[in-house]
Amino acid sequence: MKSVIAEDLVKTYRDGEVRALDHLSLDVEEGTVLGVLGPNGAGKTTTVRILATLLKPDSGRAMVGGIDVIKHPDKVRQIIGLSGQYAAVDEILTGYDNLVMFGELYHLGKKQAVLRANELLERFSLTESAKRPIKTYSGGMRRRLDLAASLIVKPKVLFLDEPTTGLDPRGRLEMWGVIEDLVKGGTTLLLTTQYLEEADQLADEIAVIDHGKVIARGTSDVLKKQVGGERLEIVVEAAHIEKTQAIVSKVSGNKSSVDAGIRMVSAPVSTGATALIETLRELDAAGIHPLDVGLKRPSLDDVFLSLTGHVAEEKEEAK
Amino acid sequence: MNTLLDIRIITQRQLRLLTRVPEVLIFSTIQPVMFVLLFRFVFGGSIDTGQPGGYVQLLMPGIFVQTVAFTLAGTASGLAEDLKKGLIDRFRSLPISQSALVVGRTLGDSMLNIVVLVVMALAGLAVGWRPTSGITKILIGFLFLFLFGYALSWVGIYVGLSVSDARVVQNVGFMVTFPLTFLSNAFAPTTGMPRLLQYFAEWNPVSTMVAGCRELFGLQNEFGATAGSFPSENPLLMSIVYMGLIMLIFIPLSVRKYKNASN
Repeated sequence: MKSVIAEDLVKTYRDGEVRALDHLSLDVEEGTVLGVLGPNGAGKTTTVRILATLLKPDSGRAMVGGIDVIKHPDKVRQIIGLSGQYAAVDEILTGYDNLVMFGELYHLGKKQAVLRANELLERFSLTESAKRPIKTYSGGMRRRLDLAASLIVKPKVLFLDEPTTGLDPRGRLEMWGVIEDLVKGGTTLLLTTQYLEEADQLADEIAVIDHGKVIARGTSDVLKKQVGGERLEIVVEAAHIEKTQAIVSKVSGNKSSVDAGIRMVSAPVSTGATALIETLRELDAAGIHPLDVGLKRPSLDDVFLSLTGHVAEEKEEAK
Repeated sequence: MNTLLDIRIITQRQLRLLTRVPEVLIFSTIQPVMFVLLFRFVFGGSIDTGQPGGYVQLLMPGIFVQTVAFTLAGTASGLAEDLKKGLIDRFRSLPISQSALVVGRTLGDSMLNIVVLVVMALAGLAVGWRPTSGITKILIGFLFLFLFGYALSWVGIYVGLSVSDARVVQNVGFMVTFPLTFLSNAFAPTTGMPRLLQYFAEWNPVSTMVAGCRELFGLQNEFGATAGSFPSENPLLMSIVYMGLIMLIFIPLSVRKYKNASN
């Protein structure tokens, strides 16, 4: 069964001048994770806001948990959780106060709200800082608390709008751990992100969106195949280019290419770091000292380049 | 039933913000007290009111009204701040009545005025303010002041949702409330103003509020060009009409704006 269905959603701003969504359609199977991948301004936030009843589309249909979002927003609000791009918790209140307040607003009653708040603080490792105002929290802690607030009533469908944007690597890893645990529990999740890596890590299926519509969808393996996985990149002295090319081709098993201008030899590899180490060993044996080496993971730009022929343009995010 | 509960929770939240950031409470109290002292001792000596008790008797109702009028800016900037931070999105995604959120907010913000008014009244008493009308009328006067602040906090909701930056909101709030409080009978008799401004001042809701409170605190008000006009004869009635009009217009406007709010 589909937990989320969006059909032909259109949303324009400034009297039709800015087209944020251009007949966007997507769906999420119950109990799975859909990663919505796209650059700033592609329409990710607009999509989430419509599905979470915060915004009405100009046309199109949206269902969440079998309920029409436009006709019965109040019913949809009872079964969803939303955690946005900006940590939407009360900065002045403590973590505990925030969760109790939201719990009460979900009509759990004071007692239940307190129980649930403590449970969530424990689960998201926030118990120690529970009595401190949010403004003293780190970025990662804020996001975790924000996520906790969206889980108060165990929502059937959870929307996470760029849950790790702006976090440092450690915060990002923590957040991923939390989200993975959640998904194991069977929550249906729609997650937007700008990072291919993140969609790869967390999502069962990925929908790539650009200019307000879905331009590709599939599992991350399918998408990566389209993009071509990782590339090994080696920069050497001009005199060693030919020899290096031979080694790289041998190790990667793929045809290598040369950018003479920057003296870089590169080739797609399927074995990642192993290929890198092996290449370095061979280069060393041949007496070649590389000036720079790297393993480049496919980025959002690469996905876009191969899917659309253009790089991901940053547009002004239509609010 | 649930809606009432929601209103209570949001009201409590607004009040809790005050206990968590005591600076807000302290400064919203210090400022009006400072006004009381400044006006009392700077102008008090040179303005001859012709009434027993001197300038401070006329001044206090004026400062009370000016202070509650600033509720508009307070509500507006608080709301703009929450909107920017995405907190309003969170509230709006909850399965609760949307109007409960705004009602709770206006109530919570207005309650700050109770504390501020008490402190100001004490400061006033310390510098010679002596209302003479008896406890019932004095309390009715304070009820009027509270309601005026409440009505204006609904305008604040609208302003806060219309102007997105909290600092701009603060300025807009002051730009609306300052001229309104000074182009009135709050601090000086209107008789000295140019004729056109006198008409404006007499019909100004701030003036009817101030005149109404003076009446309730046992004073006579002085009128300029419009002496004998309807607002000068019936300041309390006019104040009720004004508050009613403000709420009639801004409650539906603000609730609708809130339902479509986005950051």
